[in-house]
Amino acid sequence: MGKQPAIVVDNVSVLFNMNKEKVDNIKEYLIKLVTNKLHYNEFWALKDISFTIEKGERWGVLGFNGAGKSTLLKTIAGVIKPTKGSVKSAGIIAPMLELGAGFDLNYSGRENIFLYGATMGYSRKFIQSKYDQIVEFSELGEFIDSPVKNYSSGMRARLGFAIATAVEPQILILDEVLSVGDAKFRMKSEAKIRSMFDKGITVLFVSHNTNQVLNICDKAMILDHGKIIAKGDAVEICAKYDEMVNSKK
Amino acid sequence: MKYFKNFHKYRYLLYEIVRKNIKLQYRNSVLGVFWTFLQPLLTTLVLVAVFGGIFGSNRNYTTCYPIYLLCGRLIYEFFTQSTKRAMRSITNSASVIKKVYVPKYIYPLSNVIANFVTFVISLLVLVCFIVYFCFTDTAPNITGYVFLAPIPILILLILAIGVGMILATLSVFFKDIEYIYEVFTMLLFYMTPIFYHADQLKLSSGFIGMCIKANPLYSITEMFRCCVLYGRMFTMSHLIYALAFSVAVFLIGFFIFYKKQDKFILHI
Repeated sequence: MGKQPAIVVDNVSVLFNMNKEKVDNIKEYLIKLVTNKLHYNEFWALKDISFTIEKGERWGVLGFNGAGKSTLLKTIAGVIKPTKGSVKSAGIIAPMLELGAGFDLNYSGRENIFLYGATMGYSRKFIQSKYDQIVEFSELGEFIDSPVKNYSSGMRARLGFAIATAVEPQILILDEVLSVGDAKFRMKSEAKIRSMFDKGITVLFVSHNTNQVLNICDKAMILDHGKIIAKGDAVEICAKYDEMVNSKK
Repeated sequence: MKYFKNFHKYRYLLYEIVRKNIKLQYRNSVLGVFWTFLQPLLTTLVLVAVFGGIFGSNRNYTTCYPIYLLCGRLIYEFFTQSTKRAMRSITNSASVIKKVYVPKYIYPLSNVIANFVTFVISLLVLVCFIVYFCFTDTAPNITGYVFLAPIPILILLILAIGVGMILATLSVFFKDIEYIYEVFTMLLFYMTPIFYHADQLKLSSGFIGMCIKANPLYSITEMFRCCVLYGRMFTMSHLIYALAFSVAVFLIGFFIFYKKQDKFILHI
C-alpha cells in the first residue's frame, strides 16, 4: 500500500450555535436582541479531531447516535466548513451520505442521472460515457424514463448507488447506505464496493453494525461526544465497541 | 483564480439546473412553452383594456400604448419572477446542499438565468407587437437604435442576479423576507412607470417623483423604450445610473452571499 495520505484531518472542530428556541423571523430576533435574550447553546459537534488516512485504507467509524459521525463525514465531504482546523483530501470524493439526495422528483431517471452527475461536478461527456453502465447496474430497465417521484425507495437508492459508484471515485464515503434495497441488490452493491477495493480506493464507512465494519474495513475508530476515543485495527476496535454497547445496556 | 477554476468545473451543473428549471416550468401543461408567449400577451391585453382609455389616449406622451406597456411589463415581470425564484432557491435545494458539496451561488444564479431565457423568448411577443403596429397609424419609431436594446437588458440581468443573491442569503436566515418582498414587488409595480407615464401624472418633481427616479427599473425601462419604441438614443444619465446601481448591487450581493454561505447549512 502506498504511503500517501488520502485524507488529512487536522485539529478539526465544528461548532453549532443552537438557539434554545429557533428564531427565524425578524420580529422575534429584534425583540430578543433588545431584551438581550439571544442566548445560544454552544455545541461542539466535533472537538479537536486529528487523523490521517493513507491511500487504500478502509476505515470504519463507529459511535452512538449524536456522536458526531455524520458531521465528521460531512466535514470531510466539504458540506460543512470546520469552525477550526482544516481538512485536506487528495482525489475525487464520492459522498454517499444519502442516496438520491440530488434527485429532482419531477425529473425522469434518465434526466436525473445527468443532473446528479452534474451536482457531483462531472461533465456531460463523462456522464454520457457512463450512462449505459449506470442504467444496467440500477436494473431500472424501462422505468428509466418515468419520473423519479413514482419510484419506490429501493429503486431510488439503486439509481443513486449506481451513479455514485459509476464515476470511479478515489475516496468513498458511506453513511449507512449499504442497508438499502433488497437482499439481492445488497449483495450486488457489496460486491461492487469490494471490486473497488482492488483498485485501491480509500473508504470511510459509518455504521452501528460491527459485523459490517469487520466485513469491509481494516481499520476503525470510535467517536463519542465529538472526540475520537479509540482508533486502530478494526478487529480490536470492534471488540471494544461491542463491549461499550453491552456495558450501556 | 481558484474561483474561476471551480466555476469552470461546475459550469455543466449551472447548465443542467437552468435546463431543468425551464423544462419543469411548463411540463404537464397542455400548451407547454407557448405560455411564454401567451402569458405576457394576455396580461398586456388586460392592462391595455383597463388603462388604455386613461393613459393611452394622450398622444403627447405615448405614441403606441400597447408597446409602451408591454416593454414595462416584460421587464418588471422578469425582474420580480427571477428574484423571487432566486430567493427561494437555497431553501428549495436544501436536500442537496446538506449532502453534497456544490458551489451554492449556482442555485440563485441558475434561477435568474432560467428566467432570463424565458424572458428573451417572450421578447418575440414584443417583436410581433412592433410588426403589427407598424401597419397602423400609431406606428412605433423603429430606427437603428433598436440594436442598442441589449444594453438595458444586460443591465437588468446584472441587477436581477445581484438582488437575487441578496434575497437568497436573507431568506435563509429570515423567512419573513419572502412576505415582505411580496409586498415590495407590488409597490415596485406602481413605482415603475409601466402603465403610466411619469411626466403625464406630473410626478417628475416632489417626493414620489424622486422615488420613481431612484428606482433603477425606471431607468432601465426608459432606456429600453428609447431603443424599441421612440427610436432615439437613451439619456446618458439613465445609463450611468442604472449601470452603477446594478453593478453595485451585484457586487454587494456576491459579497454578502460569499460571507454567509458557510452558515447556510446550519439554518436550512
